[in-house]
Amino acid sequence: MGHRTPLYDAHVKLGARIVDFGGWDMPLHYGSQIEEHHAVRRACGMFDVSHMNVIDLKGTGVRDFLRLLVANDVDKLKTKGKALYTCMLNTGGGVIDDLIIYCIDDQAYRIVSNAGTREKDMAWIQSVAARFGDVKVTQRDDLAMIAVQGPQAKDKVYAALGEPLRAAATLKPFHSVSVGEYFVATTGYTGEDGFEIVLPARSVEAAWQALLDAGVKPAGLGARDTLRLEAGMNLYGQDMDDSTTPLESGLAWTVALSADDRGFIGRDVLEKQRSAGVSRKLVGLVLEGKGVLRSHQKVFCAAGEGEITSGTFSPTLDGSIALARVPAAVEVGSRCEVDVRGRREPVRVVQYPFVRNGKSCLA
Amino acid sequence: MSNTPKELKYTKSHEWVRTEKDGTVTVGITQHAQELMGDLVYVELPQAGVKVTAGKECGVVESVKAASDVYAPVSGEIVEANNALGDAPETVNKDPYSAGWMFRIKPANATDVAALLDATAYEAQVAAEKH
Repeated sequence: MGHRTPLYDAHVKLGARIVDFGGWDMPLHYGSQIEEHHAVRRACGMFDVSHMNVIDLKGTGVRDFLRLLVANDVDKLKTKGKALYTCMLNTGGGVIDDLIIYCIDDQAYRIVSNAGTREKDMAWIQSVAARFGDVKVTQRDDLAMIAVQGPQAKDKVYAALGEPLRAAATLKPFHSVSVGEYFVATTGYTGEDGFEIVLPARSVEAAWQALLDAGVKPAGLGARDTLRLEAGMNLYGQDMDDSTTPLESGLAWTVALSADDRGFIGRDVLEKQRSAGVSRKLVGLVLEGKGVLRSHQKVFCAAGEGEITSGTFSPTLDGSIALARVPAAVEVGSRCEVDVRGRREPVRVVQYPFVRNGKSCLA
Repeated sequence: MSNTPKELKYTKSHEWVRTEKDGTVTVGITQHAQELMGDLVYVELPQAGVKVTAGKECGVVESVKAASDVYAPVSGEIVEANNALGDAPETVNKDPYSAGWMFRIKPANATDVAALLDATAYEAQVAAEKH
């Protein structure tokens, strides 16, 4: 038996197919992952993401601590509520985890990071925090989290959880606000409008039921993966890991190297890699024919060999898509081949995201 | 609880077999198999005229999760394939024993079907797999 969120019984009651995910018993789907995917793009779906790790940081030393800890620049968090997506690097420049930092106020920040890297992240964060005076690190296992996503998501949240939640209506993307016991953020892993809501674990079953009653469709990890890949979002452990830098993982945009005086962990390796020229990069692939692209399939290009990091069937595009790590010289718009179950299949190299605003981005 | 119609025969590899009045057999995959696969996105079916051998792969079903071979339950010749599944592979998930049928074989030996598992034996096998 793996770890279970407070919504485990609710998932079983809904007929979920439960699978292991990084040591957690989570719903893969509640009947059809493809229907759940479409529900999110067309109306509204919700995900139990209570397995993710919520860490609160408090103290006068926190901002300096975060300047060292992560590759993106926390000084971008100039206002209360603003959020920042970043990688946390090891001394080799490899990615320990990707995470979001929310600014609560000048001395209080909240991190949301991945479930599967929980122990590794906490050990690292504690060891780096120990270098600073006045940084208190608290893992918030008393909290749960629901992601409500889709064009109707926000209205469904107000209907289900109450009019006071409308305080979140004016939030720009990548911002957050506390309303009563809810911490509401305009973040998500689907490319759709919506909220991620952190709330006390004791309140999550009632909130989940209220959202169901408001007509929100429960969606599992299967749909979560097809949605995020269409939206061009990385998955830690597949698209990057301890041995790959953000520059090789399509995440150069999350690394702030401009300020000369911010010596974040891993910076020296990234600077060396950048001046030498990054030799590998992440690209999007679209399979021209039938079949499904999958992780670890080999990619053959004129410039050399690569490997698919994440592949799936895209319900919105009705075909297979993938992210692949390939030689830097591979050009967008060119064709490569992928070894799919022993056959060489043609793929087109594309920019990603593949889907935006519910529609294909592909030419 | 898996749905296992009593009038059908079954293979260890999760195909079901229905004997038609004209002696041909219709083949598909079971409720249990489609549950394990999840939403199907592609099916590859053997076409009319193709000769198949009992126990050998003759088709493929592919879901978001994985690709899986479909095995011929008996030796013989394909007489028809349910090519409508090409545009609607999810029919196999929704209706595995009826609209989700995959292909029809003219068996080389009429007695091969009798050697297949009956519903009780198939259910026992599925139950054993779960432990």
